[in-house]
Formats: sequence, structure tokens, C-alpha cells
Amino acid sequence: MTYHRPEFRHPDLPTNDLGYTKKQYEGAISTLCAGCGHDSISAGIIQACFELSIEPHKVAKVSGIGCSSKTPTYFLGSSHGFNSVHGRMPSVATGANLANRELTYIGVSGDGDTASIGMGQFAHVVRRNLNMLYLVENNGCYGLTKGQDSATADVGSMGKKGTPNPFEPIDLCTLALELGATFVARSFSGDKEQLVPLIKAALSHSGFALIDVISPCVTFNNTTTSTKSYEFVREHIEATGKTDFIPVRQEITADYDPGFTQEVTLHDGSVIHLYKEDENLDVHNRLSAIQAIHERKAKGEILTGLLYLDPDCQDLHEIIGSVEKPLRDLDETALCPGNRSLEAINDSLR
Amino acid sequence: MSTQQVKGQQIESVNDFVIRFANVNGTGSASANNLFAKAIFRMGLPVSPKNVFPSNIQGLPTWYEVRVNDKGYVGRRGGVDIMVAVNPQSLAQDIKAVDSGGYFVYDSTKPLDLRLHRNDISIFGIPLTDICRREYTDARQRQLFKNVIYIGALAAMLDLEFDVLKNLIHDQFKGKEKLIAPNIHALELGYQYAEENFSCPLGIRVERRDMVDGHIMMEGNAALGLGAVYGGASVVAWYPITPSTSVIEQFEKYAKRLRIDPGSGKRNYAIAQAEDELSAIGMVVGASWNGARSFTATSGPGVSLMSEFLGLAYFAEVPTVLFNVQRSGPSTGMPTRSQQSDLLLSAYASHGDTKQVLMFPSTPKECFDMGADSFDLADRLQTPVILMSDLDLGMNEHFSEPLEWDDSKLYDRGKVFSETELDEMSDRYGRYLDIDGDGICYRTYPGTHPTKGAFFTRGSSRDRYAKYTESSDEYVDNMQRLLVKWETAKNYVPQPEFRPAKQSTRDGMIYFGTTTASAEEALDILSAKGLHMDAMRVRGFPFNADVEAFIEDHDRVFVVEQNRDGQLRTMLINECEINPSKLKSLLCYDGLPVTARWIVEAITGSGTTDNVVPLSKEVKV
Ligand SMILES: Cc1ncc(C[n+]2csc(CCOP(=O)(O)OP(=O)(O)O)c2C)c(N)n1
Ligand code: SF4
Ligand SMILES: [Mg+2]
Repeated sequence: MTYHRPEFRHPDLPTNDLGYTKKQYEGAISTLCAGCGHDSISAGIIQACFELSIEPHKVAKVSGIGCSSKTPTYFLGSSHGFNSVHGRMPSVATGANLANRELTYIGVSGDGDTASIGMGQFAHVVRRNLNMLYLVENNGCYGLTKGQDSATADVGSMGKKGTPNPFEPIDLCTLALELGATFVARSFSGDKEQLVPLIKAALSHSGFALIDVISPCVTFNNTTTSTKSYEFVREHIEATGKTDFIPVRQEITADYDPGFTQEVTLHDGSVIHLYKEDENLDVHNRLSAIQAIHERKAKGEILTGLLYLDPDCQDLHEIIGSVEKPLRDLDETALCPGNRSLEAINDSLR
Repeated sequence: MSTQQVKGQQIESVNDFVIRFANVNGTGSASANNLFAKAIFRMGLPVSPKNVFPSNIQGLPTWYEVRVNDKGYVGRRGGVDIMVAVNPQSLAQDIKAVDSGGYFVYDSTKPLDLRLHRNDISIFGIPLTDICRREYTDARQRQLFKNVIYIGALAAMLDLEFDVLKNLIHDQFKGKEKLIAPNIHALELGYQYAEENFSCPLGIRVERRDMVDGHIMMEGNAALGLGAVYGGASVVAWYPITPSTSVIEQFEKYAKRLRIDPGSGKRNYAIAQAEDELSAIGMVVGASWNGARSFTATSGPGVSLMSEFLGLAYFAEVPTVLFNVQRSGPSTGMPTRSQQSDLLLSAYASHGDTKQVLMFPSTPKECFDMGADSFDLADRLQTPVILMSDLDLGMNEHFSEPLEWDDSKLYDRGKVFSETELDEMSDRYGRYLDIDGDGICYRTYPGTHPTKGAFFTRGSSRDRYAKYTESSDEYVDNMQRLLVKWETAKNYVPQPEFRPAKQSTRDGMIYFGTTTASAEEALDILSAKGLHMDAMRVRGFPFNADVEAFIEDHDRVFVVEQNRDGQLRTMLINECEINPSKLKSLLCYDGLPVTARWIVEAITGSGTTDNVVPLSKEVKV
């Protein structure tokens, strides 16, 4: 079955700084189940890219395999996308980014894709501080293979099949913090107010940005006994605070009480304001973030929001000292040393 | 008695012999033995050294075999004319390995066990340990110079030009001049000892010739790494594994010199040491998809891990360059020994109906050329290209034609639509539309055009416009087009090379890669015995019509391979319309490069293959 979105353009549709309408950031119509959390995240990505005035074709979308990994088809239709193999999106993203550092990289993965089969690649892409947004659409189960428990399912959590999960969950945020991630956030697909500014901040961060988004699977894991259901998450969510993202070009107009805010300036000059709920959390302090997550977890709560940020980090290109120009744009002049150098090499081998 | 010179039955030869050194791994012997090989080369003679080393850093036995030949045969011949035995652990095996009439040189500090004594060879004792004890106080020096001393002795025994050795020492220690005098002194110690105690030169000796003609001594891996620099690779991803590691090390060595941006001092390349081979090939696929030239190098176990991605790259049509430096399998097998046993693994890598393009280099020059060309080929065909080297080619220095580059050559980036081309296009762009009818479609790089040319790459079925579909017709249409592309590939892969017999014959021989040099020598030996054979060296896969015709034109075709199961034969039967019973397998897979004698004896039946004693069996007590 193919779907076609009705093509008509409202003359008064709002445009962004580049003159694009939001529609120009949309993709094909989703084929996911109605009500799937993943679709709300796609909407969040569309909103964030529109508001940030990113040129849609200057984004490259990469994913692994899973319902979550299908979503890049459903946003940014004018961008190239790559739906790769299960659990290996990080390596494809790494190669792509090394080839052209000028594009914006959005990687979408699932909790199975990241926390099980792709755990190794996830750990290493974090360590390399690849400049990308890595979005985990975390539903605590394997949606596409019909609802098996994933490694992020909480102990005792129970999906549609009715057996409680006996194994310890993997918390991708604390793990990423441990591995040296330079931007770590958690959010909820049902909380657009929080998600969109986080995506904007993550896209503006020059380094590896993880957003672990709890994204209920309405078909297999939205029962009252599941800790990744809409109901459970809504009841147990605790935000680090309200986040506001101000891009470089925009004048700061927001009025806030300095006593309760933390202001973070990103590499590109844009600013994040965090209206903190939790005064103990310092988003520049890794340990404080890990501790806050654990403390809330002990109380049965899920801490969401921006958890950690290091705006002055070096991304992979800076670490390895590659040229500013995209490597893929180099031609024979830059790449091929020519026959004269070869003659000298021949001489050294005689 | 430490020295015995057998008269009458000695092997006599000028410029045609095999010498083998038996050493302990990690004692610095390799560089001394290399000095020996290089000295022969600088005396204008073709030479081929082969290092037979254990999977160990220090302490286990290691051998270094040098073939010297002024007719230009640079493969292994088989047999040992001179053995230099400096490893007590393997002494018993080493003395047995010497051909009758040959020469055995050993460290006579400890007398030779009488039970090992042989009457049919000449035996020369040099008290290497004693000389070192007398000359040096430092333990490391005693060990290192022991090697240099026997090279000095060999110079006298084989008539090596002493000045050539001295010059090599000067070259080797450029920048560490303090080491030059002691090394030359050690050479002199050995030289004097041999002059005073033996009647030099022996029946085997070396005479200067002028046969080098611009040739170089190079490892295949270095040539591959350099080929990738010249071929324009800018994103390199890898995971360490013997025997492929030095491909990347050599790429980096050359790139550090030749690929620095003059303005910024920054690198015109990126190297990522991945967490495993899955990741390494994933990075290559990602980089190639995004328009860079990218490659990885690995060996059998790595190719197994890469298999899933190779299927994706085949089906999604992403150019992907992989250098497979083969070693002995299965599993960890003999990781430091050579084999040609990943053919089937590579040719049909991945699940579903996949076939991969292969290239088979046989010399460093070909490693360089094919290494560079593999990027053109992958871009042109938009599919994985796997270059099949092996440990012998990759890690041994080979006597090779010099490397050349045509400065007017431009890279062939294949069918890629630019922004302008997309702008001027009136039709709808379709990533998988076969506009030219050759099965190869036009791709676009991400970020090219604001509104045109974007598409979604996936490993699942899609229509000609890259839209996801589960329509059976669309799926079959796409799979059929991939077969059209496979046919097209036959015109682009390296063509076979033919070596016709001197007389017309119905017999043929097929070989590839590192079997080539030994096979050529074997063909000449056979021809001298009146057995004439046309020969074909396969250089690429898919096979083209010429390959099939060669088999068609002969009644009996020997396929010489360095694996157990006759993998090339299987592929020939699988891919060509031929009579399988024509193809006779000659399989040498003991982990050591095949020898000319082995091939001759296998064919003439003068020993069945069981009677042929390959090096591995010789060293078994
Ligand atoms: C190598 C491999 N093994 C198994 C599969 C089958 N498979 C497809 S999706 C999936 C799990 C996806 O779970 P998750 O990443 O959480 O995505 P979700 O569907 O929940 O969004 C599995 C096991 C596969 N595609 N490839
Ligand atoms: S199965 Fe679950 S995860 Fe998959 S589309 Fe349906 S609701 Fe979403
Ligand atoms: Mg999931």
C-alpha cells in the first residue's frame, strides 16, 4: 500500500527564517500503529528542525532496525536517510560523519537496537564523541518482533504477554554518562513541551548528544503493569526542570528568576535556560547527574529533562585532526600524491 | 667434530639456491636475515624471502627462507640447500630438512648431538655463543649480534660482497650512527671466522648480476596501504588482526607524509580504529554512502563478522572496499600462516542471493594497482569489492616491478548526479532506475540538492524510486537488475592473464594470487620434461567469457590452490557452463606458500602429493 499526502499549500502557513514551512520538514505517512509513541517523537524532530531553520537536505538520517528505526522515513523527506542493520547504526553514522562533517546527523534507534544487539557500538560511538543526535525511542520491548522484553525493561514490568521481567534494566543515560557522553537527556514522547527544546539543544551541541525518550508501545507494552506505559510514565515522571532553547540568532527575551535557573551557552553561541526543579542537579557535573537519576529511581520516579552537558568538548574530527573541509569533497589534488612521490618511495625500497 | 665438508656429492650452484634460517622468535633475527636477502638483491639478483613465524611474540621457533634465483623465479622452490640453525629447540628437525649434498651451519658452542649427525651433508660449526660471550658483556647485545655474526660468516661462505653489506648497515642505521661500527664489527667477526676455518666459498655461491632492473622489495600490505592513499581513500576503519594490520599501519605511515593539508597542517584523511569488524565495515558503508572513498582491511574471522553488512551493501548498492588478507582457517586456524581459503566466504558473503566482486593480486605492484583501482571499481559498480591478498603476499617482501602512477588519471566516481544535473532534470529522479540498461543506477550524495535527489537507503525491498515495498514484482525486478549489473561487472574486473605453452597442448593450468610465481616455475620444469601446459591466471571475479573459453579449450585443467576444498574450482563449476570432471584440483594447504617442486611432483606423480614433503612436515620430528 502506498500513501500520498494531499498536496495543497495554505498560503498563510508560517515559515521559518529560511522561508520553509513546517510541511517541508515532514516525511512519508507513518505506517506505525496508531498511538505509537515513536510517531510523536518524529513530530518533535520535525518541529525542532523547523524551528531551528535547519536546511532539510543538510540533514542525514540514520537508523538501525525496529519500529523506531523505521521512523526516519516519516520525517524530513528531503533528507537522505539510511535504514541500516540491527544495532549497527552508530558505525554507519560514524563513517558518514567522517566523510562529511558539515551535515547534521540524526540517528534513531530503539531500546533493543541500542541496549542489546547494538550495545557495543553504542558504547563506542559515545566514547568517540561523534557529533550527532542519538535518539533512543525506548519502549522497554521489541516492537517489531512482537513484544519481547528488552534490556531496558524494569524488573517486574509486565507487557501484554503477562510475564514479569526478571532481569535488571540497563539505564542508557547513566551508562552514557559513565562512558563520557557530552550531552545526556531523557524525555517522554508524550511531553512535547520538554522534548522539542531538548532536540533543538541536542542538534546544536557539537558532540555526541543522547536523548533517551520513553516511547510507549501501544500494541505490546502499554498495560497497567508495564513501567513503560503512558499511564505509568505520566504518574512517575519528574522533570529536572523546564528547558528553554534559544538559538544563536535569537535575542534572549525570556524573563526568569535567576535563583532557579542555570544558563548554558553552546559551542555555536546558542543558549539553554534550565528552569530547575531540582536545585541539587548541576548539568555541568557528571556525578551530580548520575546521582540524581539514581535518587529518583530509588523513589520509583523517572527523572527527565537535560541531565548533563559539556559544551566545550572536542568532537571526533577535532580529536583526530581532520581537515575542516568535508573529506568527501576532496579531489585528486588533495588526495593523490602523484608519480613523483612514488618514485621516491620506489627508491627507498631498493 | 664440528665441521665436515663432504666432497663429491655437494650441491653446486651459482645464484640458484634455497637457504633457510632457523631462529627463536623475538631475538632480532628477522632484521639480520633481511639484511642477507637485501644484500643479494643489491647484488643485482632476484630474491624472495619468506618469514615463517609463530603466533607468539617471543620464544617460539621461527624460520626465514630465502630463494635466490637468477632466472627470475621468485616463488618457493621446495627443499633446503643451506640451513643456518641457530635455534636449539628445532635443531633436530632442521638438520633433517637439508637436501642431500646440502650445507648445515650451526652454533657449535654446544657440540652437535652425534645422533643427529648426517654423512650426506656438509656441516659447519661456528661457535656463535662463545664469540658473543667473548666480545660483548650486555645480554641483549650478545643475542642481537649473534645474528649479525652468522650473516658475516655467510658473506665469506657464499661470496657476498662485503661492501654491499656495509652499505646496507649504513642505510639501516641512518640517524642512529652509533650503531653502525658495532654492526660492521660483528659482520667482520663472522667473516673472519669463516675465512680462517672453512674453505670459502662453498659449492653454492653468489655472483653479481644485472637482473634487478628497477625492481623493488616490498610487502604486499605496504603496497595496498599505499594504493589506497593513491586511490583516494579518505575514511579508513579497521580492527587489528594478523595478517592485515600492516595494511592500515602502512596507509597511515604514508598518509602522514603525503596527505597533510599544506594550509592548516590538518589531515586529508580519517582513521578510526573500530571496536570490532562489524563496526569497521559499518563505518566504511556509512562513509561510502556519504560520498567518501573508504576501506577496511581484515582477515577471515573479520570477514565472517562483516558478512551481514556485506549483504546490505550489495543489496542497497553502496560501494564498499574491503581488503582481505587471508590466513589459515577455519576459526583461528594457524593465524600466522598463509592460505587462500576465504574464496567462497568472500565471493558469496552474506545471506540471501549475494555475489561479491573479487580481485586477486599476486605481486606488490598488483596490490598497489588493484588497491587503487578497487575504489574506481566499487564506485563504478556501486557494490562491495573484496581484494583477496594473503599472508604470504601481504607480510613478506617480494621482488616486484616498481610502482607507477599516471598523473593524468582521474578517479572514476561512477554514476553520481550533481546538483546541476538534478536541477536540469525534468523527469522524476529514481535511485534504482536503470537508465543505461547496464544494471547500474545513478546515486546522489546526501546534502546535494535542496529539493531533488534525496532518497532512502535500506536493506529491505524497494521500488525503482527507493520507496519501501513488499510487492513481489518489484522485488524480483530489482533482483534481476542486480544480475544485469553482475554481467556488467565482468567487463570491469581485472581480466585473466594467459601464459601459452611453447607447444600446442590440450592440458591447462589455472592459478591465482601467490601461487603464481611457483606455478610459473613449475610450468617451465614440466615443459623441460616434455609436459606442456597452457596457463591462465585468474585475476577477478565474476569470471568472464575468456575464463570459460580457456576451460572449454582444454581437455584437462589443473587448478592449483592453497586451500583444502578446491574453492576456486567450486566457483568455476558454479559460475561457468563447463564439464566439472575436466578440472583437477591440486591443493596445498599446509599454511606455507606452495612450492614449484610440489606442483611438479603432484602433476608428474613422481611422488603422490603425500610423498611431497612440505616445510611444515619437514619440521615435524
Ligand atoms: C541481526 C538481526 N537479528 C534480529 C533481527 C530481528 N529484529 C528486528 S527488529 C528487532 C527488535 C527491535 O527492537 P527495538 O530496537 O526496541 O525497536 P522497536 O521495534 O521496539 O521500536 C529484532 C530483534 C534483525 N532484524 N536482525
Ligand atoms: S508495535 Fe509498538 S513500537 Fe511498533 S509501531 Fe506498534 S506501537 Fe509502535
Ligand atoms: Mg523497543
